[in-house]
Amino acid sequence: MATPTPVRHAWRALTGLLIVIAVLFGINALGVYVFKASSWTPELALDLQGGTQIVLQAQSVDGSEPTTEQMNQAATIIRQRVDASGVGEADIATQAGNQIVVQIPGQADEETRNRIEASAQLQLRAVLQASAPTNDFVGADGERTPFPTPDPTLPNTPSPEPTNGSDPAWVTPYLQAEFAAYDCANPTNDPANAPADQPLITCEADGSVKYILGPVELDGSSIDDATFGMQQNDGRWAVSLRFDGEGTRIFGEISQRLYGATPPLNQFAFVLDGLVLTAPQMNQVILGGDPSITGNFTQESAKTLADQLRYGALPLSFEVVSSDTISATLGSQQLQIGLIAGLIGLALVAVYSLIVYRALGFVIIASLAVMGVITYLAICILAWRMGFRLSLAGVAGLIVSIGFTADSFIVYFERIRDELRDGKSITGAVEDGWSRAKRTIYISKSINVLAAVVLYVLADATVKGFAFTLGLTTVIDVLIFILFTHPVMQLLARTRFFGEGHPLSGMDPEALGAVYRGRAQFRSPVIAPKSSADRRAARSRGEAARRQTIAERKQAELAAAAAQDAKRTPGSTKGGDD
Amino acid sequence: MRSMSQFGNDLYTGKTSFPFVGRRRLWFIIAAILVIGSALVPLVRPIQFSIEFTGGSQFTVSGLTSPDQLIATEAVQSVVPDATTKVTTVGDTAVRVQTDQMTSDETRDVTAALGEAYGVPESEVTSSFIGPTWGADVTRQSLWGLAIFLALTFLILALYFRTWKMSVAAIIGLVDVLIITIGVYALFGFEISPAAVIGFLTILSYALYDTTVVFDKIRENTSEDGEVSGRTFGESVNLAVNQTLVRSINTTVVAILPTGAILFIGALWLGAQTLTDISLSIFVGTIVAAYSTIFVAAPLYSLFRENEPAIKARDERTLASRAQARVTA
Repeated sequence: MATPTPVRHAWRALTGLLIVIAVLFGINALGVYVFKASSWTPELALDLQGGTQIVLQAQSVDGSEPTTEQMNQAATIIRQRVDASGVGEADIATQAGNQIVVQIPGQADEETRNRIEASAQLQLRAVLQASAPTNDFVGADGERTPFPTPDPTLPNTPSPEPTNGSDPAWVTPYLQAEFAAYDCANPTNDPANAPADQPLITCEADGSVKYILGPVELDGSSIDDATFGMQQNDGRWAVSLRFDGEGTRIFGEISQRLYGATPPLNQFAFVLDGLVLTAPQMNQVILGGDPSITGNFTQESAKTLADQLRYGALPLSFEVVSSDTISATLGSQQLQIGLIAGLIGLALVAVYSLIVYRALGFVIIASLAVMGVITYLAICILAWRMGFRLSLAGVAGLIVSIGFTADSFIVYFERIRDELRDGKSITGAVEDGWSRAKRTIYISKSINVLAAVVLYVLADATVKGFAFTLGLTTVIDVLIFILFTHPVMQLLARTRFFGEGHPLSGMDPEALGAVYRGRAQFRSPVIAPKSSADRRAARSRGEAARRQTIAERKQAELAAAAAQDAKRTPGSTKGGDD
Repeated sequence: MRSMSQFGNDLYTGKTSFPFVGRRRLWFIIAAILVIGSALVPLVRPIQFSIEFTGGSQFTVSGLTSPDQLIATEAVQSVVPDATTKVTTVGDTAVRVQTDQMTSDETRDVTAALGEAYGVPESEVTSSFIGPTWGADVTRQSLWGLAIFLALTFLILALYFRTWKMSVAAIIGLVDVLIITIGVYALFGFEISPAAVIGFLTILSYALYDTTVVFDKIRENTSEDGEVSGRTFGESVNLAVNQTLVRSINTTVVAILPTGAILFIGALWLGAQTLTDISLSIFVGTIVAAYSTIFVAAPLYSLFRENEPAIKARDERTLASRAQARVTA
């Protein structure tokens, strides 16, 4: 029965496994030493290394779903903003169609947070009126009285029709009354989503001035670049803008209109999130599309303004839906807990395997070890190539997969035992057990992979990490099953210890109900054969009878007697009652 | 472990056999009671949803020597006077404070206040703010995932086993697992968090895997043996379940050992809520999955198939010849 073919196959498979490991090792080594982009330790997600995660959800004004392109553009702009704030290694990704997840290592300071969250659209509007932010007046009685809410009967349609964005005709009596009563400090006044084609009442971002602004004339997307620097002549900080072609043309027209107009009509407001960032005066006609803004800037405030102008052109506005800060201590503690739990779990599985499968337990342990090596390398490589970060849920997935992985060995070993019970030789049982177990493993593992893929495609970030590790380990599991566990079994079946079914080998035929008859040979068990294999053998026996040798015929008679026994005790298959 | 392999031998040959199919009416009644009971539990004890589903803010202060809950309430109220706060101690060295939804300014102030009140650096205070739409999104996506997964699974199993009846039995078994597991969750008042949802989804995958393994043995016993098996269809199914029983036990044990380790360690240590939530649902689900495959899915499949004319006729022939053998013997 023992042919050298399985042995050759076994060695070939093991060589294949070594090559797989070597290739994975090589790929990561390439990443570490040549591209300097990979590492020998897996990248950790925010919940394990500590940091801040902010999830922003797109809010489109008309309620339509944002396009992928818009989302990607928004993510790029937010990434630029975060990078500009000097935070290293921020991770910004779109998720679920309308969300952007911003992950920043460490605790995000207030400025960075504001930068991320201030995600409205940048608008450029002409100033129509400006005043101190008061909304009350000293009446005839000498007391301060707030301006009343505007009378709704006041006219609110501009007449005559305004001709440009600075036309005072925009300011209707109703708007004027509204402006007088406007309170900058009242949080219910939210100018962020005001219509673009209408005048707007709003305030300076710090609440120091309130304005009536004309309709939007340009938006942030027409700004190509914004830089800041110190002016040569007077040493003051300035922010320089560069408009794109269309922006240059429109800005040229505006500057001609505004230059020399009576204050405050010569001011031009940059509006972010509905609030005025700055409203400089137009000091000259600028036709080249490269204005610069001067004022009482510090280096810091000039940089912030330049960043806001440069990256302020988000095509969508965003709302914070969740925000998490995990302290680094807690993160590393969680990782530690996860690793300890994993080691304990592994130890328990190892002990149980040894108890149930005796020496075969070592095959399970060795398989899990190989699994560990491949998974580790795969995670390092995926961190490099795909930005995969191991999260706590991912760690849980890895630990849980220990049990799921060990199951494929259990299915295989139980199959081998079944074959041994049918009286097969150990080498035969290993081969036949394999050919049956692998079908089961393939179908059931592909269900697992399917589940992982569906989860990965549909789920949000946390579930993704988990689904990914689950799917990854399942695929690796099958790989190891083919390239390691089975070949090792094939080789072990040829050793004295396993091949002769030593009581500690876990493959002791005697303990499994088959009867030992000599060196690696077993007679059919006395107990009636119930397996399909034996029945098939019994069926073919009749056809083969003419070609039987005497020894074979005796063997057949023995089997027939056994079958007869079985018929006399028909209840044996019915279950429970005998 | 001779007794275990002896047990396996007896199950394999049919010397020992549990009537999983024969007594199926009993198992179905028990299953029905469990499922209905699980479905009724939320009426008595409403299912607790974690803050991710309800929306709100959560702060965790770690690295404490004596976590006093009162300090937390006072610290939060010093910032937001009318805030409702729920304070729980996590492990020995941390407190978790859940409040209404706070603005980002308030969140920062509360973080600072908590750090000061407990005398720990602000970096030890973990904060999260979750909008109320977050949980709804997670749920909606999970349900979509579930629906698509079930549909694909149904198709694959039907193609592989070449009968849609196995798919139906497997999926009924799956729903059974899910309902009972969530029932257990509700019964003990465990919170359903996104991590727990991950756990539930994993259980689905695992339960189906487990069912597939057993069904593959059923397929082998019922199709390959064909006419000459000398067993009725139900007996073949029952034998298959018995023959894979040792595997089912070993698999369940090996699957819950690491899960139990996470559960135990996670529950003992502070703050490892994600680990506890995932492992708890998997722990419960794994056991229910093994039960469901053996007592629900397999007997159900037998029930579905037995009344097919071909199988019925063969079963009758088998029983008749067996009766004759008994008389002549």
